[in-house]
Amino acid sequence: MTSSTMNNFYLPEGLPSPAPEPDGVSAPYWAGLRDGRLLVQRCGHCGGWQFGPEWICHQCLTFDPAWVEVKPSGRIYSWERVWHPVHPALKDRGPYLAVLVELPEAGHVRMVGNLLGDPLQDVRVGAQVTGVFEHHTDATPAFSLLHWQCE
Amino acid sequence: MTARTLRGRVAVVGIGETSYYKHGQSPDAEFKLALKAILAACADAGIGAHEIDGFASYSDDRSEATRLASALGLPRLRSATMQWGGGGGGCCAAVANGAAAIATGQADCVVVFRSLAQGQHGRFGQSAAGGTMSGEKSYLVPYGVISPPQRFAMRARRYMEEHGVRQEALRAIALASYLHAQNNPRAVMQGRPLDAARYDASRWIVEPFHLYDCCMENDGAAAIVLVDAERAGEFAHKPVYLLGAASGASSRFATHAHNSPAYASANFTTLAPELYRMAKVSPSDVGVVQSYENFTGGVVMALAEHGFFTPAQANEFLTLENLIAPDGRLPLNTSGGNLAECYMHGFELVLEAVRQVRGTSCNQAPRNDVALVIGGPMVAPASDLLLGSAAAL
Repeated sequence: MTSSTMNNFYLPEGLPSPAPEPDGVSAPYWAGLRDGRLLVQRCGHCGGWQFGPEWICHQCLTFDPAWVEVKPSGRIYSWERVWHPVHPALKDRGPYLAVLVELPEAGHVRMVGNLLGDPLQDVRVGAQVTGVFEHHTDATPAFSLLHWQCE
Repeated sequence: MTARTLRGRVAVVGIGETSYYKHGQSPDAEFKLALKAILAACADAGIGAHEIDGFASYSDDRSEATRLASALGLPRLRSATMQWGGGGGGCCAAVANGAAAIATGQADCVVVFRSLAQGQHGRFGQSAAGGTMSGEKSYLVPYGVISPPQRFAMRARRYMEEHGVRQEALRAIALASYLHAQNNPRAVMQGRPLDAARYDASRWIVEPFHLYDCCMENDGAAAIVLVDAERAGEFAHKPVYLLGAASGASSRFATHAHNSPAYASANFTTLAPELYRMAKVSPSDVGVVQSYENFTGGVVMALAEHGFFTPAQANEFLTLENLIAPDGRLPLNTSGGNLAECYMHGFELVLEAVRQVRGTSCNQAPRNDVALVIGGPMVAPASDLLLGSAAAL
């Protein structure tokens, strides 16, 4: 299964929008998602991977690690099913699933997303998942998220 | 050159707290709560407020040291320290920072405290409702991972998966806090007992945390008075000495978007060995533990990382019978803690450890020469603290 784009939003609109910090360290990541590409940092000097973004490679201390495109494919490292909403936009949403996904092909960096499908599904740590981009083109500023779906 | 240590150098000679209230129910302003707790601690120590020459706190306490010094008319302020980092991870480090000021001759009498009236300010750990967000939160909040239980549940879930820890282990921690609170007149949950059936039937906040796995939200203030250990005999109560303290984080623990290398961890893997080394004690010397329950899953990890059991032994060790005073193997959270006494962001745990060493707890542990306090788990920096009697020195 290849990565795809979804038409409906997994969570209702109204949550805060992600945006790069003023110093721009994460700007390539968010710009990549908007283009339907998953970019993470990989140091051009030592080859070390890292996420979240930083100005320096934590392994060899070379500045400005490169951004490389990786396949949005990984496996579930942990998960949670949220029942108690804490944001007004989620009040009537019912339970939803968040997963922590590790990317074995990108140095096992991890990222959080939602697990698409039945929110009451059984979730298995180690399950293979594929990324699904969710584009909020009408938001101000526009942004994109990366969710996950079991293969 | 003398050894670089806090062991036996500083003593707790006074403790005090306000009434503890449910969230938003304090009749007093937050700053007034801080003043009341500080004066109560001074009264317990038998000193006047004018003897205070330093303050220490954590998590950006809003009751600033300079305002306190002015309000109390202190002749001079010599030390004002704030532990970096949010959450209750700093509740033990604040004590260590205050003690360090005394041990290095920068102050003679330091009050360490926490004050909060969340009804008058924002909820602890809350996020903005709208707009944009950057940094760590931008990788979580758009996916509905917003509140503290939502931010920590996946660490606990991973730990439970890796080590086969069952829900019953988390439940035992909640039941112990509630059972102890029933004997504690200060406890907000006194008169509100909890049993296994009620725990099991309680709603999920976020799996694997039921309602009763999560700390309360409260108003109040609590404070302790620290002095040079050589003066400890001048005060009314049995002296309680700092045996050791540690704070910090394991490598890259706070890496954004849940990328800590040691993910299924309470963040005491590097701290606990340092704590025991300074205190010159081992886990088997510890007779009673106060362990910050932001969420019970963090307590499981924190206790294992402090050497009381291996992760594989968690189910066997964490039973209600083992965790209650006076007869349990390791009496835990003997005041009711964050779950059932008061969520004073963990500072009520420091006061309870002092009571245990004094022998004045509502749920007194029989082995009370060495008492452990573990600050907020799963956060960075975290901190922990060992207190002890003269016999432990």
